Amino acid sequence: MQGTSDKPRSFQQIILRLQTYWASHGCAMMQPYDMEVGAGTFHPATTLRSLGTRPWAAAYVQPSRRPTDGRYGENPNRLQHYYQYQVLIKPSPPNLQALYLGSLEAIGIDMALHDIRFVEDDWESPTLGAWGLGWEVWCDGMEVSQFTYFQQVGGHDCTPVSGELTYGLERLAMYVLGVDHVMDMPYNDPDAPIPLSYGDVFRQTEAEYSRWNFDQADTEVLLRHFEEAEAECRATLDAPFDDPKTGKRIVMAHPAYDQCIKASHIFNLLDARGVISVTERQAYIGRVRALAKACADAFVQTEAGGWAAA
Amino acid sequence: MPDLLIELFSEEIPARMQTRAAEDLRARMTDGLVEAGLTYAGAAAFSTPRRLALTVQGLLADSPTTREERKGPRVDAPDKAIEGFLRGAGLTRDDLEVRDEKKGQVYYASITKPGRPAAAIVAEVLEQVIRNFPWPKSMRWGAGSLRWVRPLHSIICILTDDAGEVSVVDLDIDGIRAGNTTEGHRFMAPGTIKVSSFDQYQSALKKHHVILDAKERADAIWQEATNQAFAAGLEVAEDAGLLAEVAGLVEWPVVLMGQIDETFLDLPPEVLQTSMKEHQKFFSVRNAKTGRIERFITVANRETVDQGATILAGNQKVLFARLSDAKFFWENDLRVAATGGHAWLDALDNVTFHNKLGSQAERINRIAALAREVAPAVGADPDLAEQAARWAKADLSSEMVYEFPELQGLMGRRYAEKADMPTEVAAAAQQHYSPLGPSDDVPTAPVSVAVALADKLDLLTGFWVIDEKPTGSKDPFALRRAALGVIRLVVENGVTLPLRPQLGSGTAFNRFQLMINDAVASGDVQAVDDLKKQGAEGVFVKGKFDEVDENLLSFFHDRLKVYLKDQGIRHDVIDACIAMDGNDDLALLVKRATALSDFLKTDDGENLLQGFKRANNILSQAEAADGVEYSYGANVKFAETDEECALFGALDTGVPAITEALKAEDFAAAMGAMAALRAPIDAFFEAVQVNSDNQVLRRNRLNLLSRIRSICLDAADLTRVEG
Repeated sequence: MQGTSDKPRSFQQIILRLQTYWASHGCAMMQPYDMEVGAGTFHPATTLRSLGTRPWAAAYVQPSRRPTDGRYGENPNRLQHYYQYQVLIKPSPPNLQALYLGSLEAIGIDMALHDIRFVEDDWESPTLGAWGLGWEVWCDGMEVSQFTYFQQVGGHDCTPVSGELTYGLERLAMYVLGVDHVMDMPYNDPDAPIPLSYGDVFRQTEAEYSRWNFDQADTEVLLRHFEEAEAECRATLDAPFDDPKTGKRIVMAHPAYDQCIKASHIFNLLDARGVISVTERQAYIGRVRALAKACADAFVQTEAGGWAAA
Repeated sequence: MPDLLIELFSEEIPARMQTRAAEDLRARMTDGLVEAGLTYAGAAAFSTPRRLALTVQGLLADSPTTREERKGPRVDAPDKAIEGFLRGAGLTRDDLEVRDEKKGQVYYASITKPGRPAAAIVAEVLEQVIRNFPWPKSMRWGAGSLRWVRPLHSIICILTDDAGEVSVVDLDIDGIRAGNTTEGHRFMAPGTIKVSSFDQYQSALKKHHVILDAKERADAIWQEATNQAFAAGLEVAEDAGLLAEVAGLVEWPVVLMGQIDETFLDLPPEVLQTSMKEHQKFFSVRNAKTGRIERFITVANRETVDQGATILAGNQKVLFARLSDAKFFWENDLRVAATGGHAWLDALDNVTFHNKLGSQAERINRIAALAREVAPAVGADPDLAEQAARWAKADLSSEMVYEFPELQGLMGRRYAEKADMPTEVAAAAQQHYSPLGPSDDVPTAPVSVAVALADKLDLLTGFWVIDEKPTGSKDPFALRRAALGVIRLVVENGVTLPLRPQLGSGTAFNRFQLMINDAVASGDVQAVDDLKKQGAEGVFVKGKFDEVDENLLSFFHDRLKVYLKDQGIRHDVIDACIAMDGNDDLALLVKRATALSDFLKTDDGENLLQGFKRANNILSQAEAADGVEYSYGANVKFAETDEECALFGALDTGVPAITEALKAEDFAAAMGAMAALRAPIDAFFEAVQVNSDNQVLRRNRLNLLSRIRSICLDAADLTRVEG
């Protein structure tokens, strides 16, 4: 593609190039999920769609929240809110590594000058009951992506196997753009009439959320919300598959999974508030995992999950 | 005689698995071939990040034809039996031979199995090997069900005959068809390579920027790294594990040396080294004179037109961020250490050591009290030992150790040094974890020894109190290692430290913890507070040595047997010494066992043992028959023969000498004196009939034998020695 090896000049240009690249390779361009999640993997387009036998190919940006990583916008690379770029293709194509390397070239990393390495890193999400094998991808010694072949999600074996790529967008962009502090990174074109830096967009929110996450969020309310989300998830899954109103078979896997996501994020907030002890931590993770498994069980009972009427 | 070449080409294999996988491929392939009748002259296996390769030279072109003779039923046997035999042999009745035997005429079958071509056998064996490969972790990919460590892309499987003729083995595994092509370096030489023999394969790969042999890559890396360091007047810190790992991350190693920013050069060298190694897989390059780490070496997987400048700049930038973190931790930690580390110790109150054995802080209280107790025995000042014990685990709360757990102990030492604590305290923080295994050095500084012992004794008594002992292969808390540590600390430092009192104290301290747990469980806040206060002051309820401790002591004895077995001392010899008083003094026990073992290896020792056994047997039988114990009253005046008199004489001289040596715990001297008894005892048995008809003589001789038995049993329980 003409011009793609030029250096991009802004954060958003890198995102746009990834979008163009993966769209040209056949991925459905999904939009971010409209809930708070800890990572792009939580988007149902990955978690649920990696289950069952139906082919799938999707790519999207996912705003991700990790309350404990908040540093009031002062740390050069730590943020409580950041962006991941996520690609999920099922079944994983034989040339996935080559496709991935093509995406790095698309954002201006010249393969002839850089040292790209696939270094063993097995992925596991205790809250999702999921694991896979793969690598962290290094560019000149820096981790730029996570590359995983899903083996199990929500306690179900993945057949076929999905290939998942996750790019940490801020870190990758800082490297490509040669920026040392995330807040100094150009968000839009530096020559635009109104040039905006990442700091112009996010410095204030980082500070606000850091304060709220660490000191303000009402832990009693959060604890109650956790219980409610858990109960709602269970209740939704316990409903019969056949809808008495329409007479149709409607398994409510996605609404239930929303509650699972909610519980997971609330747990992260409680963790940041420091009210969860080491032993309780395992118990909470186990409760979220139980919900994720139940949602996965429900999803494979849906059409998208490969269920077919007998 | 054809040569076989196999290559299994995949996505990147984890570095740590490559060497083992190459070896497994070689062993499993060659075993399978040999089992099928294909012998070979030589074989070697290789690995790179993307491939496993195997060459087998001088393979048989066909497996040999085999003949087997099988005896069948008698000719007059029922038809059913004969038909069954024919089915099993795959023959018809005409093929059988009839032989006359004693019981009548019998059918014999001669079964010939024709040899098979190598290609067919190779295909079968390779398929089995691939499908059952022992990867530590394997995976599926795409829509297939084949498992490999990462997606398997292609297979080379060719036989090259003496004329150089190449044939591809017919093999298809889940759609991957064996062929004769591979790929070179992913970035430097894309495209396919045609392969005709192992030599051509290896040299073609090199042309395409892949060094096949991991050892060749490692050697090249090490040589280039040391050259570059030398040219800068520096040296590379040796790290064989890192070298092997890095050699497994590249197919075409390019060594690049980079600078460490000035601002980080004051960090302790271990911090620099650990951070660079763990996060970036860099080698440390140090100034031999000052020991300071001033540069790093990274190994890239490609050459570039800018001689690696971009790659090095990128790596330096990543390192800067990493070391900024390390420096931040170091400086924060130093501030805490400067105030005595109280914040860390307070934090350990909230760190659970084990849900039944309390927090780290509570454990530290126990270790401190134990360290005080053992201090005099190891020549340490009790106050200093307690202070050292209280500091020893403080660094577990430090930011640096949170980031790099492998720096525990070492950081405690560095922070203690920076905070001007006594050098003994600083040293103990690092050394008290030792010895970590059979080959790790044993600390010798008294305060370090005291804390190391206290640490391990608390661990062991704690888990014995809550009855979580190691079983079979399960030893999650490394209690066997801890017991071996105690043994080595005591024995190798020659410390006289009877363990019973220490085990008694450790057990009491840990039971005190259970009292706290009970108080917590019953919700008695006041009782909990009181107990915790006592614990913090090192006041524990003293207990007696009991069956828990006795069980633990025998665990020590079991570990001691393993330890001494490695030094060539037999278990029965150790048992003979464990049966003696003072068996909780391990140094004493080892001294006795060593002397006895040495003695039994001599001619005198072996014969004396036989003499003792004979005496003991005769006595036991006589005592059983007579219902009395023969012990006193042997008198030389009833001696009839010269040999009897001589034995009296030898015992009269020998026994006091042996007794005195034993009292002085000089077992070598005691055994030496016992050696002098051997000849008179042998001569006695040669010449004298103990069970004489004359009851006076008999009783006198039995009493004489009891003197032998008694002095021998003073040295060790020789009844337990085999032979």
